[in-house]
Amino acid sequence: MTTTAPDTPRKARRPRAPGRGVPLALLAPALVGLAFLLVPLLALVVRAPWRDLPEQLTSPAVWDALRLSLVCATTATALSLVVGVPLAWLLARTDFPGRSLVRALVTLPLVLPPVVGGVALLLALGRNGIVGRLLDEWFGVTLPFTTAGVVLAETFVALPFLVISVEGTLRAADPRFEEAAATLGASRFTAFRRVTLPLIAPGVAAGAVLAWARALGEFGATITFAGNFPGRTQTMPLAVYLALQNDPAAAIALSLVLLAVSVAVLAGLRDRWTRAV
Amino acid sequence: MIRSARRAAGPAALALLTALGLTACSPSSSPASGDGGPSGTVTVFAAASLEESFTALGERFEKEHPGTEVTFNFNGSDSLAAGIVGGAPADVFAAASPATMKRVTDEKLTAGDPVTFARNRLAIATAPGNPHGVGSLRDLAAAGLKVVLCDETVPCGAAARKALTAAGVEVTPASYEQDVKSALTKVRLDEADAAVVYRTDVRAAGDKVDGVDFPEAAQAVNDYPIALLEHAPNASAARAFVALVTSPEGQKVLGKAGFLAP
Repeated sequence: MTTTAPDTPRKARRPRAPGRGVPLALLAPALVGLAFLLVPLLALVVRAPWRDLPEQLTSPAVWDALRLSLVCATTATALSLVVGVPLAWLLARTDFPGRSLVRALVTLPLVLPPVVGGVALLLALGRNGIVGRLLDEWFGVTLPFTTAGVVLAETFVALPFLVISVEGTLRAADPRFEEAAATLGASRFTAFRRVTLPLIAPGVAAGAVLAWARALGEFGATITFAGNFPGRTQTMPLAVYLALQNDPAAAIALSLVLLAVSVAVLAGLRDRWTRAV
Repeated sequence: MIRSARRAAGPAALALLTALGLTACSPSSSPASGDGGPSGTVTVFAAASLEESFTALGERFEKEHPGTEVTFNFNGSDSLAAGIVGGAPADVFAAASPATMKRVTDEKLTAGDPVTFARNRLAIATAPGNPHGVGSLRDLAAAGLKVVLCDETVPCGAAARKALTAAGVEVTPASYEQDVKSALTKVRLDEADAAVVYRTDVRAAGDKVDGVDFPEAAQAVNDYPIALLEHAPNASAARAFVALVTSPEGQKVLGKAGFLAP
C-alpha cells in the first residue's frame, strides 16, 4: 500500500479538469486490483533467499536458461510480427466470408490451456504428427525436443496477443489515409507499408511487447511440446518449475531473476517505443 | 487528495485480506457426524503413480462407508508436499518417496509416523511390439534412440539415475520430463522411443506401450509412505481410508496395479 502513496500526488495532478479528483468508487477497487497484483510479487521479494542469491546468479545453469528464454521469446516475437501483422490487417481491412469465425479461431489459443496447446502441437508437428510426419520424411526435420520447438510453442501462445492488439489499432486507425494514398497512385501494399504501418506503429510495438512477455513466461506448451533439457529447451519458467519440486528457495531466486529481467526490458521498451500509447 | 487515497487504502487492504481469507477456508470437507462410522469428505493427496489404484480404492471406500466421499489430488509428490507445507487442507498424504514425505514430517504436519504401504520398481516403456528391440538399460545408450527420463528432482528421475549409475550406463535423454506420466505420454505419442518409468505406469497404459524389466531396477526400488495429516479436517474418516490402503484388501488392489508389497 505504501508503495502507491508517492505516486498519488503526481497522478492526481493530471486529470484535474473535469471534477474534484478521483471518485472513491473508482479509486477503492483500483487500489484493491493493484494490491492484488502486487502483493504476491512483493511476497516473492520479501521471502527471497537474499543470502543465497549471489550463488544462484553465478550458476551457469541459470544463465543458460535465461539466455535461452530471451533468445526464444525474442525469436517467437519476431515470428509473430512477420505473420501476425499481415493476419491482423487481413482481419481488419478486408471482407471475406467467415471472417468473424476466423477471428474467433485466431484467439482460441488464448483460452486453450497451454498444456493442451502443447499436445496439439505434438499432434500437428510431432514426429508422428499430421504435418510433422511429412517434415520428418521429406527434410529429416523433427521439432519436438529442440530449441526450434520452444520457439514454435511460444509463438503459438504469443501470436494471438499480437494479432488482437494490432487488429484493434488498425480498426481505430482512419482508413481514409490509405484511401488517399491509393488515389495518389500507391498500390495497396505500398499504402500499407508507407502509410498504415507508421500509423499503427505504437499498437504494433505494444502488441509485440505483450507477445514477448507472454512468450517469456510460457511454460505448459513448451514443456509439453519441446520437453525439458538444460541448455536446449529448458527455459526459465521450466527451470523455476523443476527447482520448485525440491528447492523452493532456488525457485524463488530464479523467479526474481526472470522478474528483474522482464521489468528492465519492459520498462526500457515502454519508454522508448510505446510512450505514445 | 493524498488523504482520500490513504483513507481508501485501509478498507481496500481489508477487503483483499477478507477475500483471501475466505478462499483459504472454503469448506472442502464436513466433519464426521459423531455416530461412530466415518462420514463426510476425505481429501487425499496422492502421488501421480497411484492414480489408478487409489481411484479404485476410493470407490470401494465410498461403497463400504455410505455417506462418505473421497476426493483425490493426484500430482507429483513434491508439488503435493509443497502444497501441504503451504497449508492445503488435506486429510491424507501418500507420497512416491520417503524424501518427499520427509518434507511434511519435518514440518511436524503428520499425525503419527508415516507407514510404507507399497513399493514400486522401474521399467522401460517402449512402443507396442518394442520396434527398436530395447532389452536392457544399456540399450538406451544406443545412438539415434530417443529416450526420455524423469527429471532428477522428481522421485522417478532420482530412481532412474540410481539405476543407470548401478548399471554404469551413460544416457543422454531427449528430455527430462517433469513427472512420470508425461514421460510415458511421450512414448505413447511416439515422440520418444523409450522412457524409464514405473512398472505400474506400464501396466496402467495397457496395450499402448510395452514394458521391459531390467535387473538394475532392484537397486532403485521406491518406498511409498502414507500418513494421516496433523490438521486433517476429517481425521476419523481419513484414518479409515489409511486402514483400507494398508489392509490385505487394499494390498490386493495395489498388487494388481503392479506395486510390490512393502
